Amino acid sequence: MSENLAQDFAVTREKLLKVYPTKAARKRAKHMVLNDPDPETMPEIEANVRTIPGIITQRGCTYAGCKGVVVGPIRDIVNITHGPIGCGFYSWLTRRNQTKPIDDNDYNLMNYCFSTDMQEDDIVFGGEKKLRQAVREAYEIFKPKAIGIFSTCPVGLIGDDVHAVAREMKEELGINVFGFSCEGYKGVSQSAGHHIANNQMFKHVIGLDDTVRDSKYKINLLGEYNIGGDAFEIERILEKCGIDLIATFSGNSSYDYFANAHTADLNCIMCHRSINYVADMMEIKYGIPWIKVNFIGAEATAKSLRKIAQYFGDPELKERVEKVIAEEMPEVEKHRADARTRCEGKTVMLFVGGSRAHHYQDLFAELGMRTIAAGYEFAHRDDYEGRRVLPTIKIDADSRNIEELTVEPDPERYRYRKTEAEVAELKAQGFEFRDYEGMMAQMAKGTLVIDDISHYEMEKLIAYHKPDIFCAGIKEKYVIQKMGVPCKQLHSYDYSGPYAGFKGAINFYRDIDRLVNSKIWGYIQAPWEKNPELIATYVK
Amino acid sequence: MLLRHTDKEIKERVALTVNPAKTCQPVGAMYAALGIHNCLPHSHGSQGCCAYHRSTLTRHYKEPVMASTSSFTEGASVFGGQANLLEAINNIFSVYNPDVIAVHTTCLSEVIGDDIPQILAKAKEDGRIPEGKYVIHCNTPSFVGSHVTGFSNMVKGMVQYFAESSGNKLNQVNIIPGWVEPSDMREIKRLAREMGISTVVFPDTSDVLDAPLTGKHQFYPKGGVTIEALKSAGDSIGTIALGHFASAAAAEALDAKCNVKYEILDLPYGLLATDRFIDSLRRMAKVVVPESINAERGRLIDAISDMQSYFYGKRVALFGDPDQLIALSEFLVTLNMRPVYVVTGTPGKKFEEEMSRVLHEIPEAKFKQAGDIYLLHQWIKNEPVDLLMGNTYGKYIARDEDIPFIRIGFPILDRIGHSYFPLVSYTGALRLVEKILGAIMDRQDRDCPEESFELVM
Repeated sequence: MSENLAQDFAVTREKLLKVYPTKAARKRAKHMVLNDPDPETMPEIEANVRTIPGIITQRGCTYAGCKGVVVGPIRDIVNITHGPIGCGFYSWLTRRNQTKPIDDNDYNLMNYCFSTDMQEDDIVFGGEKKLRQAVREAYEIFKPKAIGIFSTCPVGLIGDDVHAVAREMKEELGINVFGFSCEGYKGVSQSAGHHIANNQMFKHVIGLDDTVRDSKYKINLLGEYNIGGDAFEIERILEKCGIDLIATFSGNSSYDYFANAHTADLNCIMCHRSINYVADMMEIKYGIPWIKVNFIGAEATAKSLRKIAQYFGDPELKERVEKVIAEEMPEVEKHRADARTRCEGKTVMLFVGGSRAHHYQDLFAELGMRTIAAGYEFAHRDDYEGRRVLPTIKIDADSRNIEELTVEPDPERYRYRKTEAEVAELKAQGFEFRDYEGMMAQMAKGTLVIDDISHYEMEKLIAYHKPDIFCAGIKEKYVIQKMGVPCKQLHSYDYSGPYAGFKGAINFYRDIDRLVNSKIWGYIQAPWEKNPELIATYVK
Repeated sequence: MLLRHTDKEIKERVALTVNPAKTCQPVGAMYAALGIHNCLPHSHGSQGCCAYHRSTLTRHYKEPVMASTSSFTEGASVFGGQANLLEAINNIFSVYNPDVIAVHTTCLSEVIGDDIPQILAKAKEDGRIPEGKYVIHCNTPSFVGSHVTGFSNMVKGMVQYFAESSGNKLNQVNIIPGWVEPSDMREIKRLAREMGISTVVFPDTSDVLDAPLTGKHQFYPKGGVTIEALKSAGDSIGTIALGHFASAAAAEALDAKCNVKYEILDLPYGLLATDRFIDSLRRMAKVVVPESINAERGRLIDAISDMQSYFYGKRVALFGDPDQLIALSEFLVTLNMRPVYVVTGTPGKKFEEEMSRVLHEIPEAKFKQAGDIYLLHQWIKNEPVDLLMGNTYGKYIARDEDIPFIRIGFPILDRIGHSYFPLVSYTGALRLVEKILGAIMDRQDRDCPEESFELVM
């Protein structure tokens, strides 16, 4: 990164902070750093703390993280939102987590929205009775495998005990019923909701089905939500490699996959932020090691496949993986080379999510595009600086409110999947278990990193540095484009995709190429605005 | 099948809503507040509400939707949201500098009982509200009514905070357009201009949620009703409130506060409702309807008469918001169509009363307030319809049942046009006619035997 850009960003950082009242400025200053990828000198960034009231944020709430992100994509659970109608309505089909039922008779409850639609009387006299009845009606009509209950803000305040209702109804109906205390005000963002979802799925579903499939390389894919069909593409590649995918948490998933997930021999984490909790817990309880993978980007996909093959250590698998990569890459290369001729050298800013702002840097790099600024919406310090900083992260009151489960090895089912000698050998080869180095280690020195970017900061950043493309979400999309800069939504992919895996990379090259090179950006000014003086001459 | 678990057999539900035909109050308040010039809507609650409402409005308009939040955490939920709101007011005036902050509540702040007027009085006392700037509010508990109620409450709030009577009547008419699109508000203003009438239209989201792309983001676009105009609404000769559910409360409040007489009319969708609107407007403003408007009306009549046979007897299912459904059903009846199933999620006996009036000549018609789209789908499964009209969520039913579908209402997440082309007035009715004919005739072209495939229709 050029020295100039680092200097410019240092100036920008000061300018951005100027507008805020003193207290707000003091807080925001800690969320903005000039990057240094060297772990020795990497700056500390503030993350996962409260958003400042009145400062327009990208963030959503705990309910959104729990119901919307993690549990929502499971197709055969009736997910009942317990609360007034809004929360259920807004999280109804808006997240593009695609699912493909096995056949015409399989469950697919994804297109439905279930709510207790609490009314004033329920708030005043308590909503448990209505909730109980709603669970009964859901069972009676839909006969699902399981029912999840999601608490919205008023539920916790009026003291409805969703867990007690769940226990009762489980008893009454004879199917699994479980609750989530994911009231929107808990925690500081969606992130708290991910943690709550992880805990409850771990407590109530994972481990219920001990059937061990007869296959060689059994893995789970954690933190892959099948936006735009990403999971379909990853499934295709894994199948081609002969790797048996037991469960995906939770894209294109069934309740049954979760119940059986503990029979896998490796957990592969895509979105570290949303799902690392359950990976840790499964390692302690069942002895399943976890590794970080990334299927966003063709190179990253190849690297992740090799990592999985290395873990299993079987030459046959390694060979097959190499064969698949060799088969897939020529088509990728062809499209990349073509798109690169029009995209190379362009600049990118990414402010989104809790892992995407990192993962997509790989894809942009494949196009020769430079990431000059990035940040997450709801990630924690470890997602920026790497898991090495975990011991130094202060646990504040907001995080303490989220339950930490105490997990013990399962007396019957704990079996560490690798011997000590195997682990030592893999480590000697440079294989990293339980590791995520974070976003900043990959970004160039002098680039700008901003956590929980505010609307104001985003707008100024674009105005000062005019990136060729800015990646964010739906609330930001049209602000950015009003400024004449194309925006790629990285939550919804602008209704395109998949972007994961090899075919996904090709889709991404194509979409970025047509977005940054669209003719429309050149037509913003009318001819008479470009040359206004001509009119005066003519009238004279 | 997309909705493979929807069964013909209708089992009684008293607690479970499936596929709602409404959402919650705050999003309506946010939309209404965007119709004030230089106004920042503010959601007093946890930040997820604001994120959801902004996202929904953004997807519907494909436009920036600026709004802020009090970002409650557990602490605020226990100790009350006063500190958060005061801090928010400070930050908003420093960073975003609006003329007005329009606060609406959420179920969270309602349940903990935050007293917004008291907090605003405190903000004023502490000097947090700069000279010449305003903070207004309305209560929008999500567990009462629907998004339409929230819209109505914010519009009423505009009257309560701003309207004044100076004692001198102004030769202008207030028009409360109801929950319609920027295109509709623009069209209502055009009609009044065409008739030579000065108006105060509030809220007014035209030139806010249909802003041009210029290379610069206008945080506050040029549209929206001004504070000055809102103040003057108390001196207008009268108010026309369009849509009982969205607009009546504000008209009544204005009459109570400033003694401005009002008429509540249906939304001017279709021929007859537009006739009543124009007629009321000309009586109230004491003007003669210009020939140009007669010509607009005449073109609509002409088009309907040209194509009348295609409409006749067609069974239609509709869902959405009550004001829209009442006016739309009336228009369908005018076209000799049969609106047989009509469902709104918004509660209110008024809806059923109005539907009984509008649909008295359709004995087989079923309609329901506080219903849901799941029930509507079950009705359709039991006896099919020729056309479905509703928001984007209708496309799942349309595909499963193979029914022609017209997107109308809120939200429309998968098509554009609603922010640019009106549905109100004769012009809007002509657009409805075009859409209905398009849907029906495309179906005929798709399904008819080859030998009866028509060139001229």
